[in-house]
Amino acid sequence: MKVLVPVKRVIDYNVRPRVKPDQTGVDLANVKMAMNPFDEISVEEAVRMKEKGIATEIVIVSIGPAQAQETIRVGLAMGGDRGILVQTDERVEPLAVAKILKAIVEQEKADLVIAGKQAIDDDNNQTGQMLAALLDWPQGTFASAVAKDGDKLKVTREVDGGLQTISLDMPAVVTTDLRLNEPRFASLPNIMKAKKKEIAMKTPADYGVDTAARLSVVKVTEPKKREAGEKVADVDTLIAKLKSVGAI
Amino acid sequence: MAVLVLAEHSNAALNDATTKVVSAAAAFGGDIDILVAGSNAKAAADAAAQIAGVRRVLLADGPAYEHATAEALEAVIVPLMANYDAFFAPATTAGKNVSPRIAAKLDVMQLSDITGVIDKDTFERPIYAGNAILTVKSSDKKKVVTVRGTAFQAAASGGSASVEAIEAPAGPFKSAFVGEELSKSDRPELASAKRIVSGGRALASAEQFQKYILPLADKLGAGVGASRAAVDAGYAPNDYQVGQTGKVVAPELYVAIGISGAIQHLAGMKDSKVIVAINKDEEAPIFAIADYGIVGDLFKIVPELTEKL
Ligand SMILES: Cc1cc2nc3c(=O)[nH]c(=O)nc-3n(C[C@H](O)[C@H](O)[C@H](O)COP(=O)(O)OP(=O)(O)OC[C@H]3O[C@@H](n4cnc5c(N)ncnc54)[C@H](O)[C@@H]3O)c2cc1C
Ligand SMILES: Nc1ncnc2c1ncn2[C@@H]1O[C@H](COP(=O)(O)O)[C@@H](O)[C@H]1O
Repeated sequence: MKVLVPVKRVIDYNVRPRVKPDQTGVDLANVKMAMNPFDEISVEEAVRMKEKGIATEIVIVSIGPAQAQETIRVGLAMGGDRGILVQTDERVEPLAVAKILKAIVEQEKADLVIAGKQAIDDDNNQTGQMLAALLDWPQGTFASAVAKDGDKLKVTREVDGGLQTISLDMPAVVTTDLRLNEPRFASLPNIMKAKKKEIAMKTPADYGVDTAARLSVVKVTEPKKREAGEKVADVDTLIAKLKSVGAI
Repeated sequence: MAVLVLAEHSNAALNDATTKVVSAAAAFGGDIDILVAGSNAKAAADAAAQIAGVRRVLLADGPAYEHATAEALEAVIVPLMANYDAFFAPATTAGKNVSPRIAAKLDVMQLSDITGVIDKDTFERPIYAGNAILTVKSSDKKKVVTVRGTAFQAAASGGSASVEAIEAPAGPFKSAFVGEELSKSDRPELASAKRIVSGGRALASAEQFQKYILPLADKLGAGVGASRAAVDAGYAPNDYQVGQTGKVVAPELYVAIGISGAIQHLAGMKDSKVIVAINKDEEAPIFAIADYGIVGDLFKIVPELTEKL
């Protein structure tokens, strides 16, 4: 079974994003970037499938600037077999990302796509579901467990009320949630080995996909600031304060 | 103009999230129809018909819709969209699951988790864990939108829309429901709770989470939440997680106990009306947004607070 894992290069989750004074976006100059954390979980899951003999090959794909090669290398060091970078300096929206991924899935004849549930920059939570729709494949989103079950895939999902388990026909799209696994750190020898793995360089035009944005940014602003209140000395004072503002 | 609103429901009852989406749809404008897709879901459809401002309720009833799988919902919704200018769904796990499928089939870019409607093309939504607010304009003819419940008031009741049964494909679809493990609790649901008590990594075990957090929640009549660290460690179930990638809440009172206040957690609760933090580290970032903080050991403070309330 061939597994495709799309990975996005995003701001590192430890960095506090700052809005640019001209309100055109968030300042990413000289900011630490990293693989979207959910995508690390996806790579880990694919690598575990390969270790169990379920997956035969893992292809890591990113759509983004030249530096996204570094992100792909992280995936290759974790155990991915080869990479594809669809290079563009434009902002690419989930719909266009899904269209590019669809073309790659068809070309590669992949059997399973494991994407993250959400990219932590734009917080869209769309790409996996869009890809599934474009391919007419079933989807198992927000996965906390994935198991091959004969010719089906059993996916346990983190839903608002608890956990739900569904069974998918294959091929399928899975999107990962936080509790699926704990991603490994790549070892030094594996990082070295990953340097020799192939990354194919492509462009959106190679797949015939128009990446023109459907959504234009009007402005990006700071959220309403919340002022720090006061520290109180003891429980009695806290209760009195909460009563005085009608919170209890 | 007309908007199709996807109802969130349990077949037997309508979820409050639906009424918030109706408010957002009203701000967008046009006639509002609600789709109830379910199995034996007449009760939910009747409840939807009572929301003020709704023109019609469409009921797609059949066994294939009992668990609202994305593939089944897509089969009902996509053909309906020929008659609508917009599709609005709640930004719940159910809404987030299906809406992008609809958007992709209509070849439009979805607007996720909106917190404001500026005009029929322009919307506001938080990005980067709520550290920035994006105002964004869509050039697509049809809009597919998911709505953040905490940003909109519930629509009033008192409507009397008609309920019309519609044809719904019976399947089979490419996914099937196997089972579920739902959290059972008599406490208020996080999305609608007026008060929430949340515990973090500092609780150190599931036993202590239950021993210290639950009695305080009971005293306050509060819902119970948790940080990611507490959920990852198994102190609380996954559906308790509040934050960027969990639930977004905005109760009248939010009590954060042994939670440091990482941006991913703040993203889910910083719009609460009154925030209380209990943490032994006076430098913890949670204090920067708390209205009232107590610096100290939760294992002493929480029992005292519970007793004195
Ligand atoms: C992709 C991604 C998504 C994420 N999504 C979320 C999310 O949705 N929600 C979320 O919450 N997090 C999320 N996180 C995790 C987040 O970054 C933090 O790691 C997490 O919120 C920390 O949880 P915590 O505050 O309970 O633990 P810690 O940061 O370890 O804080 C524990 C706190 O308890 C205090 N403490 C310890 N002992 C005591 C005591 N006896 N009495 C009083 N105080 C005590 C400490 O001073 C400390 O401040 C996400 C992270 C990533 C990478
Ligand atoms: N530019 C991209 N390149 C590769 N994968 C992406 C890209 N954008 C989104 N994805 C994938 O889609 C998931 C969800 O992203 P989003 O829908 O943007 O929240 C991510 O976790 C990635 O797996």
